[in-house]
Amino acid sequence: MSIKRSDIESIAHLARLALSEPEIPRYIDELSRILGLVEQLTRVDTSAVTPMAHPLPGQRQRLRADAVTETDQHQLYQRNAPQVSTGLYLVPRVIE
Amino acid sequence: MSELYARTVAELSQELRAGSVSSVELTRLFLARTQQYQSELNAFITISADSALEQAARADERLRAGTAGPLTGVPIAHKDIFCTRGEKTSCGSRMLANFISPYDATVVERLRAAGAVMIGKTNMDEFAMGSSNENSFFGPVRNPWDLTRVPGGSSGGSAAAVAARLVPAATGTDTGGSIRQPAALCGVTGIKPTYGRVSRYGMIAFASSLDQGGVLAIDAEDAALLLAAMAGFDQRDSTSVELPVPPLHATLEQPLKGVKIGLLKEFFDEGLDRGIEQCIQTGLSVLQAQGAVVREVSLPNLPLSVPTYYVVAPAECSSNLARFDGVRYGYRCEQPLDLLDLYQRTRSEGFGAEVKRRIMVGTYVLSAGYYDAYYLRAQRVRALISADFERAFHEVDVLLGPTTPTTAFELGAKTSDPVTMYLNDIYTIGANLAGLPAMSIPCGFVDGLPAGMQLIGPHFSEASLLNIAHRYQRETDWHLRLPSRFT
Repeated sequence: MSIKRSDIESIAHLARLALSEPEIPRYIDELSRILGLVEQLTRVDTSAVTPMAHPLPGQRQRLRADAVTETDQHQLYQRNAPQVSTGLYLVPRVIE
Repeated sequence: MSELYARTVAELSQELRAGSVSSVELTRLFLARTQQYQSELNAFITISADSALEQAARADERLRAGTAGPLTGVPIAHKDIFCTRGEKTSCGSRMLANFISPYDATVVERLRAAGAVMIGKTNMDEFAMGSSNENSFFGPVRNPWDLTRVPGGSSGGSAAAVAARLVPAATGTDTGGSIRQPAALCGVTGIKPTYGRVSRYGMIAFASSLDQGGVLAIDAEDAALLLAAMAGFDQRDSTSVELPVPPLHATLEQPLKGVKIGLLKEFFDEGLDRGIEQCIQTGLSVLQAQGAVVREVSLPNLPLSVPTYYVVAPAECSSNLARFDGVRYGYRCEQPLDLLDLYQRTRSEGFGAEVKRRIMVGTYVLSAGYYDAYYLRAQRVRALISADFERAFHEVDVLLGPTTPTTAFELGAKTSDPVTMYLNDIYTIGANLAGLPAMSIPCGFVDGLPAGMQLIGPHFSEASLLNIAHRYQRETDWHLRLPSRFT
């Protein structure tokens, strides 16, 4: 499996990670090794196999009643926020 | 009788009810040990002395009032992946280094309600990604049996804390072996229940189809006591299983006559240390002497567990960790230029190397053009591995093999190549992929380092695993050995 520099740059962008210049060759090497390990999966014929979507057979997605179960606790939750003002999360200006 | 700090939860519980020691006294004892050995082991990220003593005082009231349960007043520790209200919950990451959880995880809430006293939060690999505890933002944990070696991971702090008897028991989580592998490397008992048995609510997510909370303890009886308090249906976890948990303690003593044990052929490969193999064979004879029947069982697709896992787990990790954006909670970079810069630098600075590596792999295998080739194929192979287990459980009651290929390795020995590190989990990952309960129990020593024997059972067979482990531990004392510098 050969990973190119452009692959690393586009994955990093999708993952919203900023990579420094010296990190790029390292990621090329490490991802190539990991994907090399994963190549083993092509050795087995899976054409007739249904992909496993849940670790327990026969489980169905449970739904809860459409009822209000949470109270407003935004002040408590926002104590962990890096920057808030009047109950709003602040980020750098998006629209000029 | 051994020193108080070396007793099991069951023994401490008896002392508490008999009134021969108070919870405040016990809590002080374990807090003192935790603080005394913190610089050597680095097993804890947070030590909560004040709140622990308050909880202990309340436990003593319950003990006096006669409303105490088996865990009331017993000091324990939580892996720092479980949210604890009003206390730092870092998950071993710079990203959450200052995060004070506004709520309790279900596991924390239930153990608190049972009266267990939390003395602190244990160190771990960042976001539970790692097999050596070297990926913690708060520095590595050291193995109590040899301070130059790793305790395993990701629940390395919990394993080291129990091994050194800084606490008699601790919680852990296991996504690919993160309870069983450190339990084996530190010489303690660890159980990863069936997927969905223990609520994931408030347990910081890594790979949601694999993550499962469990226990690290001195022996199987204690593991049963804690698990009984933690397990069971929880409305707040959408994959929590709606099945009653049988009384785990009640069946510990059942005789093993006629129990069919399958020796996992694929685990006795060329990578397995001969000394560990010897320990497993000896362990097996202890079970055979009690009437268990042994036969070899083959799971041909099991060797594909590691490659399958390293597609599925990074894929789920990249999706789960997308929530860390520097906006609502957690780390934020200095002076962001714009929103993209805020996201990118926050994540690059807030996550460590292994977490970023897995996010990158996960993003790659889920990206357009690669999804079928990697993710879908891995989920197909996962179905094959799961079917292998199901077939095996038509023939035998439980599968047995080593927990790890080697004993604890030296710090720094495997950090240069991620794939070498990943292969540590070669025997543990299968149970996660198939959602099966599994245990590791101490079964001997190789050159002074503990070896672990692994039991894997069918879905919801925790009681049988604990029963076999308990019967084994009645005949052996490997689980009671203590590293000499901590006596």
